[in-house]
Amino acid sequence: MTSLYDEVAPTPPSDVPTRRITVSVNGEPRTLDVEPRLLLAHMLRQGLKLTGTHTGCDTTNCGACTVLFDGRPIKSCTMLAVQADGHEVETVEGLASASELHPIQEGFKQEHGLHCGFCTPGMMLAAKALLDKNNNPTEDEVRWALSGNLCRCTGYQNIVKSVLWAAEKMRAESN
Amino acid sequence: MYPSRFGYESPKSVAEAVALLDQFGGEAKVLAGGQSLVPMLKLRFAAPEMLIDINNIEGLQYHRVDPDGSIHIGALCRHEDLEFSDVIAKNQPTIAAAAHLVADPIVRTRGTFVGSICHADPQGDWAAAMIALDGRIVAQGPKGKREIAMKNFVSGPFQNALAFNEIAVEAIIPAPKGVARGGYLKLERRVGDFATASVAVSLDMVGDTIARAGIALAGVGGHTIDATDAASVLVGKKLTAENIAAAAQAVAAAADPRTDHRGSSDYKRHIVQTFVSRILTGIANSSQKAA
Amino acid sequence: MALDEIKIGGLGASRRRVEDNRFIRGKGQYVDDIVLPGMLHMEILRSPVAHARIKSIDVSAAWEIPGVRLVLTGEMMAARNLAWMPTLSYDTQAVLATDKVRFQGQEVAAVIADDPYIAKDACQKIVVEYEMLPAIVNPNQAKAANAPLIRDDKENQPTNKIFDWEIGDKAGTDKAFAEADKVSKIELHYPRSHPSPLESCGSIADFNRATGKLTVYMTTQAPHIIRAAVAMVAELPEHMIRIVSPDLGGGFGNKVPVYPGYVISILASILTERPVKWIEDKSGNLISTGFGRDVYLEGEMALRKDGKILGVRMHTISDHGAFYADAQPSKFKIGLMHSAFACYDIPAAHLTATGYYTNKAPGGVAYRCSFRVTEAMFFQERMVQAAADDLGIDQAEFRRMNFVKDDMFPYRTAFGFLTDSGQYAKCLDIGLEAIGYKNFKAEQEEARKRGRLLGIGISTMTEPLGAGNSREYDIIGIKMFDSAELRVHMTGKALLRTGAKSQGQGHETTWAQIVAHELGIPAEDVVVEEGDTDTAPFGMGTYASRSTPVAGAAVAMVARKIRAKARKIAAHLLEVSEEDIEWELGRFYVRSNQERGVTIQDCALAAYSNMPDGLEPGLENNAYYDPPNLTWPFAAYIAKVEIDPETGVWDVLKMVAVDDCGVRINPMIVEGQIMGGLTEAYAMASMQYITFDEEGNCIGSNFMDYLLPTAWETPGFELHEVVTPCPHHPIGAKGIGECATVGGPAAFVNAVMNAIHHTGVRNVDMPLMPNRVYEAIQTGKDISGMPPVKSGD
Repeated sequence: MTSLYDEVAPTPPSDVPTRRITVSVNGEPRTLDVEPRLLLAHMLRQGLKLTGTHTGCDTTNCGACTVLFDGRPIKSCTMLAVQADGHEVETVEGLASASELHPIQEGFKQEHGLHCGFCTPGMMLAAKALLDKNNNPTEDEVRWALSGNLCRCTGYQNIVKSVLWAAEKMRAESN
Repeated sequence: MYPSRFGYESPKSVAEAVALLDQFGGEAKVLAGGQSLVPMLKLRFAAPEMLIDINNIEGLQYHRVDPDGSIHIGALCRHEDLEFSDVIAKNQPTIAAAAHLVADPIVRTRGTFVGSICHADPQGDWAAAMIALDGRIVAQGPKGKREIAMKNFVSGPFQNALAFNEIAVEAIIPAPKGVARGGYLKLERRVGDFATASVAVSLDMVGDTIARAGIALAGVGGHTIDATDAASVLVGKKLTAENIAAAAQAVAAAADPRTDHRGSSDYKRHIVQTFVSRILTGIANSSQKAA
Repeated sequence: MALDEIKIGGLGASRRRVEDNRFIRGKGQYVDDIVLPGMLHMEILRSPVAHARIKSIDVSAAWEIPGVRLVLTGEMMAARNLAWMPTLSYDTQAVLATDKVRFQGQEVAAVIADDPYIAKDACQKIVVEYEMLPAIVNPNQAKAANAPLIRDDKENQPTNKIFDWEIGDKAGTDKAFAEADKVSKIELHYPRSHPSPLESCGSIADFNRATGKLTVYMTTQAPHIIRAAVAMVAELPEHMIRIVSPDLGGGFGNKVPVYPGYVISILASILTERPVKWIEDKSGNLISTGFGRDVYLEGEMALRKDGKILGVRMHTISDHGAFYADAQPSKFKIGLMHSAFACYDIPAAHLTATGYYTNKAPGGVAYRCSFRVTEAMFFQERMVQAAADDLGIDQAEFRRMNFVKDDMFPYRTAFGFLTDSGQYAKCLDIGLEAIGYKNFKAEQEEARKRGRLLGIGISTMTEPLGAGNSREYDIIGIKMFDSAELRVHMTGKALLRTGAKSQGQGHETTWAQIVAHELGIPAEDVVVEEGDTDTAPFGMGTYASRSTPVAGAAVAMVARKIRAKARKIAAHLLEVSEEDIEWELGRFYVRSNQERGVTIQDCALAAYSNMPDGLEPGLENNAYYDPPNLTWPFAAYIAKVEIDPETGVWDVLKMVAVDDCGVRINPMIVEGQIMGGLTEAYAMASMQYITFDEEGNCIGSNFMDYLLPTAWETPGFELHEVVTPCPHHPIGAKGIGECATVGGPAAFVNAVMNAIHHTGVRNVDMPLMPNRVYEAIQTGKDISGMPPVKSGD
C-alpha cells in the first residue's frame, strides 16, 4: 500500500521514493512523506483530510483549488506538495477562528455569495488575498481579482457584493 | 490530473542546479513558477525523469532598473511582481501594459517572467514584449554565463536555445535610447484564454521623434513575429496619422495567421493592424497631452 | 397573536441559507470528500478517436503495475451482461466499448488501483488497436446516402436516423401560410453546449457481501431514478440498493443520466469486495457526459401585414450523439420544444422534428434547459425578431400585439399546452422602461453617425416548469410526481425529507420556509434532508426547475395534513369541538374566545403525551403530489449592447430581467437563480460552445477551449419582478431556476443583431465571438453554424 497520502509513518514506506516535508497548514506544522508528483491539492485533501479545497478542472483554469501560499493566492492543483516544504499554507478551514467566522465568510452568507458551495473556498481565499492588499476595492477591482476563479451558479454579482460587504466590515473593525 | 513519476531535487544555488541539469543529460526540467510545466505534467504531455526546483535559490526574485536605464528581471520574478511594480509602471510601459494580461491573477502570483519565456509558447505575451524590446536572456551553464538575444532565443514552438545544462537566470531589457513608450493589446475572449492575437509595441522617443521601434505579434503565425518592416517605417519619424497607418499596414503584411475556430486569417491580420494603430495613436495622444 | 411570518422565516423572507454554514467553512461533503475504509480508486481509459473498430485491447502491462487491483474491459463486462445498459430514452448505451468506439472520449477500459495516480499509470499502459472509420460530426453527414452506420449494434436500425416526430395542426398551419401577407423565414443553429458544473461526476460504490447491500454515493440529481436504473442494469434487488447523493457541486442537468463510470464502479466493487471510488476529471466530464442543445431549426412565420402572427411552422433537426440518452419525459422525443410560442396568441402551429446519431457524446437534454425549452424559446424569440424586422414593425409593439392577453386565461396554445396565468405586457413594459427603450432609436442613430454601434434586444417568454402531471409525463414509465415526509417531534421541532435533490438551489432553506408558512413552526426549527433513497420518500429528483412546483407543493400538502391532525389535537386540548377552532399562524384558538388557544408546539407535545381517543399518536405524515398542470413563469429579458466595429468585441451596457415566478418563497434565492441563469445565457451567446473537426475530435473538452466567463466578462444585472400567483399550486409558486438560461440568450443575440441591423445581417449563430460579429459587419452576410475547425487546429 503506497504511503502517498500518509503522514509520518512509523515504518519505512515501500520502494517508491518519497520525501519528508513539513508544511505549516493553517498555522500548524504538518509532516508528511510524499512522492514528488503528489499535487499540493491532493496532499491537503487526501493526506490531511482538509477537503474544503476542491478540484474542478484539469487545466489550471477554474481556481476552485485556490489556497494562500505565504499569504498569496495560488492554485494548489498546479503546485507540487514538495514545493510547500517550509512554507505556510492557509486553506478555507483556517479562515474562521475558534469562536468567530471571518468577515469574508460572513459576507458570503449575508449577500448570498454561494449556491452549490464548490467554488466558494477558492473564491473566499482569493478575496482574502485582495482585501489583505487593498481594504477598499472598487467593484471592478473585486471582479478583476476574482477573474481566476470560475463560478457556474451565482453569476458573480452577489459574490462581488459579498466581498464588498466583508471589506466594509473589516475596515470598520480595524478602526 | 495525475503526473507520472519523476525525481525531484531542490538545489540551493544556480551552480548546483546547473550541475544537476548536466548530470541528467536532458532528462531533467527546471521548475520555476510551474504554471506552464505542472499543467503539462498533469496531462502527461511532459514526463521528465527529474524536476529541478529552483524556487529555493536565494537572490533570483529581483527586478530593477540599473543606473544606465537597463532593466534586469531575475529568474524568480513573478508576473505579479511586475504587475504591481512602481519601477515598471514608471519606466517600462510595454511590460506594464502586458503584465496584467498574462493568464489570470492567481497564476500571476507564481508564474515567472523568465520561465514563461523559456516555455516558448508561440502565443506567449512576454516573448512578444521581449522581442519588441530587443531584450536578452542571460543563460548560465557549467562553463559560466552567456547572453542570448531574444530574437534568437526561441527555436520553435516550446523549444528554446538553452543547452540542456543551462538555466536562464535573468532577462535584460536594454536601456532606452530616450524615453521608453509602448503598449500591449491582446484579444482574448475571456481572462486566461489563449490570445486570438496580440501586439507588443516599444518605442524609444527623443522628443517627438522615434529613435528606436520594436513591434512584435503573437497568435498570428506559428511563432512570435518580429515585425521589423513595420518598426523601420517608424524609426527616425514622428507619430503622425500617416506614419501610424503605414506601420499598421506593414504589421498586417508581416502577420502570417491561420484560419481556425478563433477567427479567419483575414480577421487576425485585421486585429493586429487595428491594435498597432490603437497603441501608436494612444502614445501620440498622450505625448501631446504631456507636451 | 399570529406570528410574524417574515420573522419566523416564512414565505417572502430572504432567509439566509442554512447550507451556507457548512460550505463557508469548507465542510461540505461532496462525493470526492467521502472516504470509506479500504477504498480503491478507478480511472477510465477513453477512446482518442471518434469512430473506429476495436481490433484488440492488451491490458497485460497494466496488471503488472504494483497497486493495481482490477482491470476491466468491455469483454469482461459483456461476460456479465454489463457491456451495454439501457438509457433514459429507451435506447442502449455502451458501458465499456466492445465492437467499436462511437465517439471520442468513449469509455474503453477501467483500472482500479490503490490510488488514482497508480490507476492513471496503469491506464497509460493499456494498448488498444483501432481500425479507423469515417466520423460523422453533424446531421447532414448522418443522413447522407452513403453515411457509415453508427449504430450497427442495433437491430432494426438501418440508418443514422433516430426518430421522426410531429405535433400541431398541419392542415390549419398550411392554410395560414397560404393566406399570409408575408412569410418570415429563418434558419438557426443552437450550438452544442455543456452544463459543466464545477464538480464533475463521480461515485463511490460499496457492495457489502455480508449483507448483500449495495450503497452508492454518487453525483446524482435523481437518486430514486438511479436506484431503479441500477436495479434493472445490475440485476440487483431494488430494496438492497441504497443511493446517496450528498452535497453536489452544481448539476444543471449534467447529473441526471446514468453514466458508464457509475456502472463500472459498481461492478468493480462487487468484484474486488471493496469500496471503489470513481471521480471524473473535467476533460472526461466535458467530452463524454450529457451535453445540451445542438439543434438546427428551419422556422417560418405566417404574418398578416398589420403584424398579427397567423401561423408558425418549425422543423428541428437534432444531433444526439452516439446513443439516444436524453433524460426527458418519454412521450416527447424532442422534449418540450412545442412549448415555443406559448406566450403568443397564434391560431395554428406545426412542428416536425427529426433526430440523428452522430459520432459524438450522447445527450442533448441538459444544461438548465427545462427539457429543450431553452431551444424552443431561443428559436421563438429569434423568429419573432426576424418577423418584426421583416415587417418593419417595432420589436416591442410586435410582441405586445401578439401576446396572449391577461383576460384570455386559461389559454390553450396552438401546440396544445394549457397556460393559466400571466401579465406579459406588464412584464415587458417594466423592462422597456428600465432599459430606456423610449428614446433608444434616436440614441442608436446618433451613435451610429459617430461610429458607435448600439443595440437593444428583447426576449419575452413563458415556459412550462414543473414536470409533470401523470397523464402526460413519465421518465421510462415512472410518473413524475414528487414527495415530502414531515415529522414533527414532541418539542415542536421538525424533520422534513423530500424526493427532490438540491445542487445549490437552497432547498434546506426554502422547504423549511414553506413549513413555517403552513404550520407557524419557525423555519430554523425545521431540518431538511434530501438525497438518501433509504430515508427520502420516493421522488423524481431536481432538474427542469420542477422542485418548487412539485416537491414544494408536496411540502405544503404534507404540512397541511399535519395541521389538520393538529387541529383535532387542539380541539381536544381546548375542550371544544373542531368546528369551534380557528387557525392563525402558529396557533389554534377558540373562535368565541380568542384568548384561549394552543400553539402548534403544544399540539406537538400532546401528540405524544395527551392524545384524544380514537386518534393515532404522533405527528408525522407524508404526501405525494401529482401536479394538475405545469406552472407558467414568464419573463422579459432586455439587453443593451455596444459593439466595437473595429474588432467585433461587444460589451453589455445594461441587462434588465423582469421575472414572474408567482409567489417567491425566498426572494434572495430567487434573484440568485435568475442571475446565475443570465450568466449562462451570456456565456452561450458570447463564447461557450463545443464543436468538432472533420475527424470527430472534440474542441471544447477542457476549460482552455470550452470558455466560461469569469467575473470580469460577466455583466451586471438589474432585476425586477411581477407576481402573478400560480392558480393551482398550493402556495401559488412557480418554477424559476432555469428561466433566465431559457430566455436570456435571445436577448443578447437580438441586441447584437439589432446593433448591426443596418448592415443587412439577419442572423449570426451563437457563439457571437468577436470574429464572427466583425465578419458579419464587414460582409453584410449571415453567419450560420459553428466556427469552422480543421483537424490539427
